[in-house]
Order: sequence, then structure tokens, then C-alpha cells
Amino acid sequence: MAGRPEGGRTVSTAETQAPESTEAATRAEYCVVSCAEIFRGAGEIMASPMSPVALLGARLARLTFEPDLLITDGEALILADTPPIGKTGAIEGWMPFRKVFDVVASGRRHVVMGANQIDRHGNQNLSAFGPLQHPTRQMFGVRGAPGNTINHATSYWVGRHSSRVFGESVDIVSGVGYDKVDPDNPAFDDLNIHRVVTNLGVFDFGGPDHTMRALSLHPGVTAEEVAENTGFEVAGLADAPETRQPTAEELSLIRDVLDPKGIRNREVK
Amino acid sequence: MPTDKTSTLDDVIGELRDGMTIGIGGWGSRRKPMALVRALARSDVKDLTVVTYGGPDLGLLCAAGKVRRAYYGFVSLDSAPFYDPWFSKARTNGEIEVREMDEGMVKCGLEAAAARLPFLPIRAGLGSDVLKFWEGELKTVESPYPDPDGRTQTLIAMPALKLDAAFVHLDLADAHGNAAYTGVDPYFDDLYCAAAERRYLETDQLVSTEVLVKSVPHQRLLLNRMNVDRVVHAPNGAHFTFAGDYGRDERFQQFYVASAKDPEAWKAFSRRFLEVDEQTYQREVAAWQDDQKEDGQ
Repeated sequence: MAGRPEGGRTVSTAETQAPESTEAATRAEYCVVSCAEIFRGAGEIMASPMSPVALLGARLARLTFEPDLLITDGEALILADTPPIGKTGAIEGWMPFRKVFDVVASGRRHVVMGANQIDRHGNQNLSAFGPLQHPTRQMFGVRGAPGNTINHATSYWVGRHSSRVFGESVDIVSGVGYDKVDPDNPAFDDLNIHRVVTNLGVFDFGGPDHTMRALSLHPGVTAEEVAENTGFEVAGLADAPETRQPTAEELSLIRDVLDPKGIRNREVK
Repeated sequence: MPTDKTSTLDDVIGELRDGMTIGIGGWGSRRKPMALVRALARSDVKDLTVVTYGGPDLGLLCAAGKVRRAYYGFVSLDSAPFYDPWFSKARTNGEIEVREMDEGMVKCGLEAAAARLPFLPIRAGLGSDVLKFWEGELKTVESPYPDPDGRTQTLIAMPALKLDAAFVHLDLADAHGNAAYTGVDPYFDDLYCAAAERRYLETDQLVSTEVLVKSVPHQRLLLNRMNVDRVVHAPNGAHFTFAGDYGRDERFQQFYVASAKDPEAWKAFSRRFLEVDEQTYQREVAAWQDDQKEDGQ
């Protein structure tokens, strides 16, 4: 398990390179940079972001501190280039769905999924609400969430942090949480819910008994705001520092290269 | 000369029986054997168990009340509004029993059936509510080989997903069942065929063997004669999902979703596009597309 990450104030590139323009960073841009930070230290693995802000984060990480990440076009091609969102570029390989499952089983992957519900131990639901055989609302079904969470690093991106998402329990466990781990069964050893990034801050499950813990709050977000919008107590909330500033290079890459149309703003409420 | 397996949609439907387990190839709203699905939806066959990476195939069969049980990794239309309306209705009305599972478990179960094994071990599913969805049908298996630290892995014993019939859509095929995909992904169509007793292939282009093998690199020849029982020539058969030569008909898919919201609208949709044979369907779709173009001007 990864420990506490580099605190925002101690990241040297941010301190040494940040010019005035960084003060104008928007909430969505803090979210993108926080999603990029998900992949710090990931190395030569497949980054699989499932939504625009997470995708921008993965591509930003690849253009800055994680050049060896593999990324795909979301269909079946591995991209050699790091194109803007919605664009494709030169390719370097083939990754049809059946090979994705081989990658999942290999563990050489870090997925960033969305979530309709996440509880304090990291159980996640994107399947349906209500009883299993008679739901009140149908979503996708469990998709790859059970396999992702049991096999390799998994993070979550939530664009609208609310107590409806972060509640006491989830209706259907599609993504496996820490309280489901059987320590006597090595098949659970790779469970690693690395981060939860939301419009309010950055979290992990490093609280007592693997409970959700605040790592940083985005500038302008208060601990009260997070507490009001979370259905359980968040560890370390009072002491959480501010999310680090984007560097000038990062802001330029987000604004001018990866997302000139501002698609990131649609996802951050 | 190998057997000529060319058949009509009615030939295929005539071989199906109530209560069968049918695997449907493709993925979400991608290269689905929709001509076969439409034929099944308007047939008298009922009480089906469907195995699928679900999309509008499962939706249309739910709309027709054909599905008793569904085994799936997900159900998605792949573009907004993503959730299939008829699958959602069948679920929220409690009309179908589901064996929802991880996407990787579908592949694993088809591979087990293809190799005539009772199960294959897989990690995916452990700790999740997949076990609850299966209501005791899904069991675990303990490794006979302990890990180096002395602990023993207990894994999901994914049962073989044995199919009575498989439906797949390939872009190019000959009359004997050799077939190729031309798009970027084979999906799992060879596994569906390998897991099934009777294998039904629909194809956009029916060509000679010589033309088939010259048209694509060898690696795209996904199915051979041993994998296929009947070949149906169904140009544009994957509509409104995409296939090698054509994209997804996004507007028509949205029209399908919108029509499902209102009983009157669905009656009209059904009368025009579902209670008709495949030729009429294709003609009406072409007319509908022309209307859309005129409306757009």
C-alpha cells in the first residue's frame, strides 16, 4: 500500500516553477492535476481512465512525470502519442477487449473508474440501486469492477462529491472494498484502492481500519463542506492540506494542448 | 466441396426451442448479430437464457418478453444515454433473473466451455456481490498448491458457460463458415461459437473462400468451418450497432431509446421496425434515415 503522498507544499516543481498564472487555476484544473498525481510512480503500466477528467489526468501525467504509461484510444489501439481529449494519434500497439482482460489479470494496470456509490471502506457501486434481482434503478451492471479491484491498483473519480455517493453502505458491491479482504487468502493481496479524487479534494483509504481519509482539499474547499457532503466521518479531515498548485507547464498542457475546448469543466460541479 | 451452409433467418429460428441458452456475440453496441436477434424477437420462441456482453440485443429481447434469465458482464449502449431502456425495465419490474458477473468472468466461462472443462479458476468476483447475484450457483475452489508463504489461494470457480446456440455477426464470410472481422476488435465471437452446440453466423458480405482469404490478413480469419453450422447473408445485419463497413447509427439508437419511453411511441416503432421481416426492416431504416436528413436541412 502506498503511504501518504507528497504533500502539495513539498512538491518542488510546483514551488520553483509556479508563476502568477497558476493563481488562476480553476477547480477543474486542480481535479485534473489530482488525477495526474494518481499515476505518480506507476511506471510502465496501462493507465485506464474511464471519464474525461481522469483521462486528462492520465495524459497529463504521461506528458510530464510518467512518460512510460501506456494509454489507449478507449477502443482497441495503444497510442504512441498523447493526443488531446477526443483525438487519436499515432499508435504503438493493439489492445482489443480480450487482451485487456489479460492485462487486468497480470496486474499491470491502474484504472480510474466512476462510482454511483462509495462507502468508507472503499466498496463501490456502478451496477444498480436497490435489491439485486429487482433493482429500483438499473445502471451498467458490475462491468469490470470486481476484476479490476481484486487484481490491480484502482482509483475513483467523482465529479460531484455528495452524501448520496459517499454513503454509509453501497447497494451492490461491484468494486471490492477493504472490509471484504480475507487476509488468509492471498488472492486478495493485490487489492489497492489508491485514491479517490472528487471536485472537493483528494482521498485515500489510509484512515483507521482502511477507512477513507482526506489527503488534501482543493483551494476554497473547507473541511465543513466535505463533512456536510459525506455520509460518514472522513479521517484526517481537519488536518488536510490544500491540494498542490498546478505548475505553469501543467496548466499550459491542460489548457492549450490536452483540453482546449474545456471539456473538463462539464464534469466538475 | 465442403457443405454449403447458407441459410435464411427462418432456417435458424426453426432450429431454436423454448428454454434454450443462447450466447450473443459482439460487445455492447458493437457488431451485434442484430438480424438474428430481430428474427428471434419476432419468433414464438420463449423462456430464453441469454449470455452476452449486453447491448441493444438484450434490450430488444427483453422488449419482446423472450428473456427469463440473463448472464452478462454489463449492459451498455456505449453512447448516451448508455443504459438500455428495455433491459432496465425488465430489471426494475423484476421480470428476469440475472447472473451478473465481472466482464472477465464471461470470457473465462466461455473458455471453460470451449475446452469442455467444468470450471476455470479466476480472481475476479471475490469479495464482490457477484456471489450474491448467483445465489449459490457460483462456488470457489482452493488451490492444491500453497503459495510460498504457506497460505493457500481460494479462487472463484467460474463454471463453463455452455450454450445451446451462439449468434455472431462477422463482416465477411464464405458459404462454409469461414469468416473474418475487418474492424479493430474480434470481441469474443470465436469463443461464443466454441462454447455452443449450434453456431449461427450472419455476415454483411458473403464471398467465395478465395476472395475471403485474399481480402484480409490471415490473423483476421476468426472462424473456420468447424465453428459454424449455418451462414446467413445479412447485409447491414448488425444495424444499429456498428460493424466493419459501417458505423453505429447513433440517431437510430437514440430513436430506439426515445421510443421505449412511451407506450404509443413503442407501438409505432415496433410496428414499423420489429414486426416485419429483415428486408422490410432494412428498407424502413433507409427511409427513416432519408427522413432524418430532410428534417436536418
